[in-house]
Amino acid sequence: MSSTTELTATSLLRFATAGSVDDGKSTLVGRLLHDSKSVLADQLEAVEHASRKRGQEAPDLALLTDGLRAEREQGITIDVAYRYFATPRRRFILADTPGHVQYTRNMVTGASTAELAVVLVDARNGVVEQTRRHAAVAALLRVPHVVLAVNKMDLVDYAEPVFAAIAEEFTAYAASLGVSDIVSIPISALAGDNVVEPSAHMDWYGGPTLLEHLETVPVGTDPSVEPARFPVQYVIRPQSAENPDYRGYAGQLASGVLRTGDAVTVLPSGHTTTVAGIDLLGEATDVAWAPQSITVRLAEDIDISRGDLIAAGPVPVPTKDVEATVSHLHERPLRAGDKVLLKHTTRTVRALVKEISYRIDIDTLEQRSGAEGLGVNDIGRVVLRTAEPLALDDYTDNRRTGSFLLIDPADGTTLTAGMAGEAFGGALAVAEPQAEEGDWV
Amino acid sequence: MTTATASPIERSDNPFALSHLDALEAEAVHIFREVAGEFERPVILFSGGKDSIVMLHLALKAFAPAPIPFSLLHVDTGHNFPEVIAYRDRVVAEHNLRLHVASVQDFIDDGRLRERPDGTRNPLQTVPLLDAIETGKFDAVFGGGRRDEEKARAKERVFSLRDEFGAWDPRRQRPELWNLYNGKHAVGEHVRVFPLSNWTELDVWQYIEREAIELPEIYYAHERDVFARDGMWLTAGEWGGPKEGETVQRRLIRYRTVGDMSCTGAVDSAAATIADVITEIAASRLTERGATRADDKLSEAAMEDRKREGYF
Repeated sequence: MSSTTELTATSLLRFATAGSVDDGKSTLVGRLLHDSKSVLADQLEAVEHASRKRGQEAPDLALLTDGLRAEREQGITIDVAYRYFATPRRRFILADTPGHVQYTRNMVTGASTAELAVVLVDARNGVVEQTRRHAAVAALLRVPHVVLAVNKMDLVDYAEPVFAAIAEEFTAYAASLGVSDIVSIPISALAGDNVVEPSAHMDWYGGPTLLEHLETVPVGTDPSVEPARFPVQYVIRPQSAENPDYRGYAGQLASGVLRTGDAVTVLPSGHTTTVAGIDLLGEATDVAWAPQSITVRLAEDIDISRGDLIAAGPVPVPTKDVEATVSHLHERPLRAGDKVLLKHTTRTVRALVKEISYRIDIDTLEQRSGAEGLGVNDIGRVVLRTAEPLALDDYTDNRRTGSFLLIDPADGTTLTAGMAGEAFGGALAVAEPQAEEGDWV
Repeated sequence: MTTATASPIERSDNPFALSHLDALEAEAVHIFREVAGEFERPVILFSGGKDSIVMLHLALKAFAPAPIPFSLLHVDTGHNFPEVIAYRDRVVAEHNLRLHVASVQDFIDDGRLRERPDGTRNPLQTVPLLDAIETGKFDAVFGGGRRDEEKARAKERVFSLRDEFGAWDPRRQRPELWNLYNGKHAVGEHVRVFPLSNWTELDVWQYIEREAIELPEIYYAHERDVFARDGMWLTAGEWGGPKEGETVQRRLIRYRTVGDMSCTGAVDSAAATIADVITEIAASRLTERGATRADDKLSEAAMEDRKREGYF
């Protein structure tokens, strides 16, 4: 019974991996799952069986993660997959994102919910274009923690100077993009050095193994230092004999802490009132915090519906003019003049793409002309006009209330992921070298 | 070398820390409420198995003190465990729920489906399921599927768009970012919704323990007449087992999953309480499906292929 209770008390870390095709990402993921004893006998047996059928001698751990027929046939990963494993200290949700250059959107998808990103490099190649791209995506999505995993240390004789030079170059680059927590770890995914077990070959390294770091990195933000943001999802009105007058606003706290008695503003209307009560899934409570799902009752009976934002602290000014950095996800390009739907928190409104200001070359961080619109996997800057005002925070301040989707109104396709405000939290302007060509817009 | 440029704040004593179960619960409730806010006619697939029981429990909490704004749909294979059907009817009555039943047996009786030579009825569920979705005009269908169950499921979205044939096309999936779920769909299409996507078998059991959720008795150790087929213990019964050459024996067993009797295997177990079960699965070297589901062993892509046809 006691072991059960210990397991229940663990925290949850969502993290993403990024790496180029030959950096050994599948091997690393396989190693993490295998060495943390998260691969069970029948899964391993299935992989061994499939590997033998393909004429491979050793079990191909990549087959653990390639779940679709097309992926196995082509030997590539075409989509984000989610993996689950646990240690006695923590539960992990791993967004396993394919590393091909053309799959920027997959890394964006994985990074959007991640609290930590593992960027993998090959020790023999060091920081390459793809590494900078992964660092840039992690910075753009405001992933709070980044791990540089310098892989294949076995192929460079476990040499400290090789690792130190790569770590220094990467750290300087990622820090310039606004990534505040960067930890570099020398590993060999193939041999198992510093992944789960400490390496016997690198006694010069005094830091944690990758798993140890994943187990101890702080998760979550501190809600007490954030303003409260509560998008209303659904109005609960039982109108039953026991609850004739109950009127509660159901939702998930996007940030901050909410207490009974707090003064709040309802946006976009701007009405102010106080919190009369909070119900945590059926139980009354005095205090709730992000990311709890709760139901809030207010002191005054004001007109509130799905899509409204209940906010405390400094509240955003609702606007119909949205400037944002976006990651375009679909083969259908996004062009100036396009009419789209914009989904922000629980509110979906009509929007017009007024301007595609520029495209960001994610490798050089230079701004390029956005005249032809944004193609799939492009990251760029757009100006939108919405039919109704939105209570947006800067994405830099709040990943939940600063993010949105653009949706094709014709068929509901998800087109674009958007982040309100300055890209890279404004760090880009400082980090950016002067572009040589004059194709600014 | 650790090169942290900013030392992270140590929050081990953070009063606002959420356990992994709290985090998963908050996420699942958010998903239920999104569906209630965005769809016209959602329905919860309810098999009487532990995942659908946990789903129902979460839905009840999500809308308290109001009743859940969804009805239930059970695809009855005709080869169900009687304990599970009894449990289903008890829950429906207790919470005053509306239950739709789609019956595989009806489809076989009137010729719309044919019994398979191997007697397995699990794959036959797809046709009555899609028929019930069409007839009921359901636009959102909650399923208890978890991504840890199977590698094709690991690729599925929380909101999974199905075309007018109920089919899943992995290459046409919408990217899913942050917690912004896109439920837009054309008339005739529907969305499968998986609130337990990020839960594992162990999470489900730990949650059952924490919330003291009652389950059908077959999840706990009991003596039963079983026979061996394809390396699994199947329940002897009128559904078609044992065949010639298969011998019935009485064993102490329990079930890790609940499904059609023809393809759901039991495991040898003396686990009589929730805590026993948690200890047992934490130590198990077999996955839930590997241990108990015959139909997933048919081919490497069995689940993917069934899902493409509209299976949940």
